[in-house]
Amino acid sequence: MENDNPVIYGLEFQARALSAQTAETDIVRFLVGTQSLKFSNNQIHLVELNEETGSLKTQVFQHPVGEIWSLQASPTELDKFVTCYNTLNDEGICQMKGALWKLPNVKDDTNEILQLDKISDIDTTPYGNELQIIAYHPMDATKAVSVVDNNFVLWDLTNTCPQVVTVGTLSTKGQPRFTTGKWNPHNGCNQFVTLNENNVRGWDFRKPSETAWNIPAAHSQIIRDLDFNTNRQYFLSTCGDDGYMKFWDIRHPSEPVMSRMEHSHWVWNIRINRFHDQLILTSSSDSRVILSSIASISSEPFGHVSPEDDTTSAEENSNKDKLEDGVVGKYEEHEDSVYAVEWSSADPWTFASLSYDGRLVLNKVPRKYKYQILL
Amino acid sequence: MTDNLSNSYDINGQHFNPDMYLQKMLKECTLKQIMDNEKEIIGDTQTLLSDMQTLVYENYNKFISATDTIGKMKSDFKKMEDSMDLLATNMDSITSFSEQISSTLQGTRQQISRLSSVHALLKRLQFLFKLPGKLKDRMNEGNYSQAVQDYIHAQRVLNQYGNMPSFQGIQKDCEEIVEELKSQLRKQFHKREASTKSLAESVDLLLQLNEPADSLCADFLTHADNRLAEQLAILKDMCENDIIEYVDMGSSGFLSDLCLIVASYNDMFVNRTPADDTDFSDDFDTKALTRLNVFIMDNMKKYFDLIGKRVEDVADTAVLVRALDRFHRRLQAMNMLCTETDFARTGIDIVINAGRKQCRNHLHSLKQHLSETLAKVRQTLAAKVTQDGDGGLAELQATLVMPTIEKVKGVLQDLLVFLQPDLSFSLKPHFLQSFCVDEVREGLVVGYLHHLTATASGFCTGSDVPKFPPTLLLLLSKMCIEFKDSSVRYLLTTTDDLFNIEQHATSENFITTESEICENFQTTAQNLLNHYVRLQGLAVSQMLRKSVETRDWLHTIEPRTVRAVMKRVVEDVTAIESQVAVLYDDADGQMDRSSDSSRKTHSVSVSRHQYRSNWSSYTPSHLDSSLVTNIHKLFSERIEFFSSVQFNKASILTGIIKISLKTFLECVRLRTFSKYGLQQIQVDTHYLQLYLWRFVTDENLVHFLLDEILGSAVHRCLEPVLMEPSVVDIICERG
Repeated sequence: MENDNPVIYGLEFQARALSAQTAETDIVRFLVGTQSLKFSNNQIHLVELNEETGSLKTQVFQHPVGEIWSLQASPTELDKFVTCYNTLNDEGICQMKGALWKLPNVKDDTNEILQLDKISDIDTTPYGNELQIIAYHPMDATKAVSVVDNNFVLWDLTNTCPQVVTVGTLSTKGQPRFTTGKWNPHNGCNQFVTLNENNVRGWDFRKPSETAWNIPAAHSQIIRDLDFNTNRQYFLSTCGDDGYMKFWDIRHPSEPVMSRMEHSHWVWNIRINRFHDQLILTSSSDSRVILSSIASISSEPFGHVSPEDDTTSAEENSNKDKLEDGVVGKYEEHEDSVYAVEWSSADPWTFASLSYDGRLVLNKVPRKYKYQILL
Repeated sequence: MTDNLSNSYDINGQHFNPDMYLQKMLKECTLKQIMDNEKEIIGDTQTLLSDMQTLVYENYNKFISATDTIGKMKSDFKKMEDSMDLLATNMDSITSFSEQISSTLQGTRQQISRLSSVHALLKRLQFLFKLPGKLKDRMNEGNYSQAVQDYIHAQRVLNQYGNMPSFQGIQKDCEEIVEELKSQLRKQFHKREASTKSLAESVDLLLQLNEPADSLCADFLTHADNRLAEQLAILKDMCENDIIEYVDMGSSGFLSDLCLIVASYNDMFVNRTPADDTDFSDDFDTKALTRLNVFIMDNMKKYFDLIGKRVEDVADTAVLVRALDRFHRRLQAMNMLCTETDFARTGIDIVINAGRKQCRNHLHSLKQHLSETLAKVRQTLAAKVTQDGDGGLAELQATLVMPTIEKVKGVLQDLLVFLQPDLSFSLKPHFLQSFCVDEVREGLVVGYLHHLTATASGFCTGSDVPKFPPTLLLLLSKMCIEFKDSSVRYLLTTTDDLFNIEQHATSENFITTESEICENFQTTAQNLLNHYVRLQGLAVSQMLRKSVETRDWLHTIEPRTVRAVMKRVVEDVTAIESQVAVLYDDADGQMDRSSDSSRKTHSVSVSRHQYRSNWSSYTPSHLDSSLVTNIHKLFSERIEFFSSVQFNKASILTGIIKISLKTFLECVRLRTFSKYGLQQIQVDTHYLQLYLWRFVTDENLVHFLLDEILGSAVHRCLEPVLMEPSVVDIICERG
């Protein structure tokens, strides 16, 4: 696709759940889960971008068990993903549940709504009702962590019946509840990071009884999301209701390395590009998606410098010029709060954002900036 | 001729002519007359005859006595001749006698003259022999100059005859004594209490004793150094004293001493007449001068350091200025003495430094005053928080601005004494330029204004969890606006006028423009206000969030009242409004609406009507498509939530309400509602609609957000059935 125009795809339901098809590294594909309180109506949309033509190919699957609050694709298996969904139990009480799904093989393009195969339920109810997320291990599709109330539970998904491996509990005053969690991709993926209120806590599965490290009061209000820099150890980013995005070196939890406020309302999601970690995506309830470049704390702070460092000063200057921190793009195609944004796993320059009104927008990093990074 | 003619008629005249006379008589006179005339003439003739007889007789007598005298003289001369002869013979005999005597006495006389010369020599020798003792005596008496005189006197002789053994002894003795003398003199030199004058004397003597001038110079200066160091030490100890006294002390003590030292040094070492000594070569002269200069520089530097330090901390500017004036005058006088360096320049620098320091002190006190005022305001605000309402916000606002201005003005007046025309330094352009422009204007006034904005800005950085009442932000923001609108201009023009900035400023000076400062204040005010809105919005948001998050919306009962939180929200917003109203006007467009009561009721009814019609669209058949809000979105602009507000009440409140309602919306979207839960939200939003619209600039905004909330609640509802609008009305009116 040679133009940078956004590609818009409308869902007929409201939606919050978005995931790249992580195991797919050739085709730009995203999974979207809908939120409807008519539980049987909920769907999973598999959206594929044809990079040649810029057109979209979509396939809809039924998710009849409940409204989807969170969705994550398996890191290694193309056709597997987990959802966290809300459903009504027999007593008329809402309940959050998790399940592992498999996409059916689709031979031909079809407009029919296909059935999904549920591989197994991930029953988190013994650990609480407020299931926030089930997060896959970054590399190992047999491991996932579910975040429920004040617990995080490591599951082994090898067998059809998921087994609990480790449980960690946060027990402080005032009934803490995790809002979300994420694997730390460094240190052999032994660490898991959770958010509750405005605190960030790191846990080690080898010793889940106590917090490995924490960043207390990282934001002045609720932290909505975090993301690790996959190329730079110890560096993570957070965003929250104070409108800020902050970057932390977890070895120095007292002060953020950087904090910026670009949005005019809460920031719900933050994603660091895995390949070019100066590129930061944030989505906000001000209906915007903002792409920032924070080269100064990226793993390549001076741009794509060749190992032999004999560039002339003039070139260095031009490098510095183009790598100044700041907003690269503001995307205003959404008209409602944008609760999710994701980079594509196949193309480092493509990303998708999903607003509450069910609008999925696929965008690309501005070509000008792309060339600045590459050249 | 006529003369002769007339004369010839004068009977007593020389040229009398008896014939002419007779003829004339005969012609002119009567007989009788002639007769009388004849009688007269006869009488006269007789008289004359008798006179002549007398004369002759007298002369004859005289002649006889003369003849007698001559005869007597003749005999006397004879006698004299005899006597003269006798004298001649006597003289001859005298001469021969005298010759005889002189020849007899000649031998004795030669002996006597030899004896007397021996006596003189002996006397001199005696002096020499006595010299050591005498020198000793003199030394003991302390009469050094006499001793030196004596020694110098004897030295030549001693040098001449130094090879003779006896004199050698003497010389040795003398030299020993002189050495002692020298050491004595040097000792005196090193005595602490020796006055400069006595010192000079000692040096003079030592010089006469041919001591090496170079080392003397050094000694002299070292000693002088010590003395001055003492003076400086005294000065240092006196730091506590009054500044004027201190400067006077410095002038009379240290500076006078220094002058005296320099003068005597010049007299002793530099300005000697060349004939005086040969060893004072040109080379030495320059060396001595450099030595002196180093010395002066050294000591002056110490002095300046002391004074500089002392003048840094003076509370009373007038006193300080007087002291500085004295100091500077004295330095100017000094300058005439020591030509090499320009102490006046250094002096000016010190004065400038003192001025700078004074400005800094004032700045510091101003800053302190500001922080005190702020603390006071904060206290008052904290106390007032409990008893809400507008309680004295306007007065508090006034206490933030007016005293500050007054204080700055007072400081400027205080500093004005630096410019009194009778001061010795007040005309130096260097001083004026540096003091007026750099220190007073830029350092003090502009510095203070910057400090104000920085302090104010300090309140809006940091977290959203304020450690101070948010009203403070409002006050500060208003303060900044007031500064921007008038006070900055006023302060700057006052300063410029008082200190003649335009005249003194040169291209070297950096002058901050009024617009730059005003801009600063404007941004600060904006930031403060934005932060205020954010904080207040957050406070309201927090209540709404808690109320949505903590409630179990699935198992709630049918709504009978408006929830207390909503009332609290309205109360809070009203309280905020009353606070803001004290400081900020309504927007122009808002004015008539709030004052015109009839329009108000009308507007309420209209808005209610609209609202009701909006609701009617949420019939179950339409529930899935939030058509109305979507259409609204199409035609309305994107809403910025954490955005800049304008400096008027409506905009501020709009900002706060916007943030609060958006929070409400986001929280509702995260929950699931039962039928009654939805209806509770319906009641709540209606209540908010009834009370919030009047605070904002654009009531459609409130409508839209409340619609969104209700719409979202409908979406999040398991059994979306709305209440009858009339029931909602009743509940709201009751509550």
